[in-house]
Amino acid sequence: MPRTNLVILEQDYERFIAMLEQLCTNANARFVFLLDKNGQHIASSGDLVSVDPTALASLAAGSVAATEGLAGLVGDQEFSTLFHEGRSDSLHLSTVADKAILVVSFDERSSLGLVRLRVSQATPALANVVTEVVRRSDAPRAEALAVTPLGDLTDADIDRLFG
Amino acid sequence: MTFINYAAREINCKIVYYGPGLGGKTTNIQWIHEKTRPDSKGKLISLATETDRTLFFDFLPIELGTIRGFRTRFHLYTVPGQVFYDASRKLILKGVDGVVFVADSQEMRRDANVESAENLKTNLRDNGYDLATLPYVLQLNKRDLPGALPVERLAADLRLKDEPTVEAVATKGIGVFDTLKTIIRLVLNDLRRR
Repeated sequence: MPRTNLVILEQDYERFIAMLEQLCTNANARFVFLLDKNGQHIASSGDLVSVDPTALASLAAGSVAATEGLAGLVGDQEFSTLFHEGRSDSLHLSTVADKAILVVSFDERSSLGLVRLRVSQATPALANVVTEVVRRSDAPRAEALAVTPLGDLTDADIDRLFG
Repeated sequence: MTFINYAAREINCKIVYYGPGLGGKTTNIQWIHEKTRPDSKGKLISLATETDRTLFFDFLPIELGTIRGFRTRFHLYTVPGQVFYDASRKLILKGVDGVVFVADSQEMRRDANVESAENLKTNLRDNGYDLATLPYVLQLNKRDLPGALPVERLAADLRLKDEPTVEAVATKGIGVFDTLKTIIRLVLNDLRRR
């Protein structure tokens, strides 16, 4: 069902933020970042001051998509975890409910082992909310319209965007 | 898949520029990046080879304004046009809300255009999209070159449905924003109906 919208409500966002804040603390991470597999930033927590979230989301999604392509080539369904090790900073990427990607950035104050443990502990709860959001977004039109601001969009609205 | 975020008050749509290699997809994106106000655009990312051929994708986020209090943002992607990067093209089409096909008007690129359009149809179908209902614009680029085919002939070769067609010279910016506005209008109208 590719032609649907993904709708994040404020209560979804608050739940994601609470879980990400906890994960960030527990994993001693620089930041944690949740995006959908198409490269849209959903929520994040931690020190993101020097990070462009839109660019990060796009590149992380591209990286995971390319890796899944590789997995398919060698006959595996997916490589569910990716790890990029840098000199001081590292990134741990993992899929959540097959619809979202969780990125954890960490430095020498944490370790890969700790991050992997905390991610595996946090993922089931995150997956529940992601699944709920996707199910609601895929719902029939009447239900979807109740949560979209675009149902009554007019030509004048669109014209205004172009000044 | 349009992404509507009530917490951030944002609507995010994905537009993909498709077409044969060296047709001008990246040039379109670079022009948009160059001419868009700094506060309305994000970072331009190009994953390219050492010879500046697109390897995976170019990416440019732009923001148009607000609708009903929601910021409308468009994520512009290009695909690598070279034939052997087909796996990457298929990945980039995932979650697309609208496609711009950038055709090279030169006669010697006629076969490459047709092959790329066929490839687009295949990859959309493989990703579960129905071209008949997907917002789609045909851009005829490089209209200034001496070997450019007549518009009617290109349209006969390349039109996939009753899509709007825009003539362009992307290196000079001609037709670039017309194309962008046309696809954005189609995407938003499509969203209204969905």
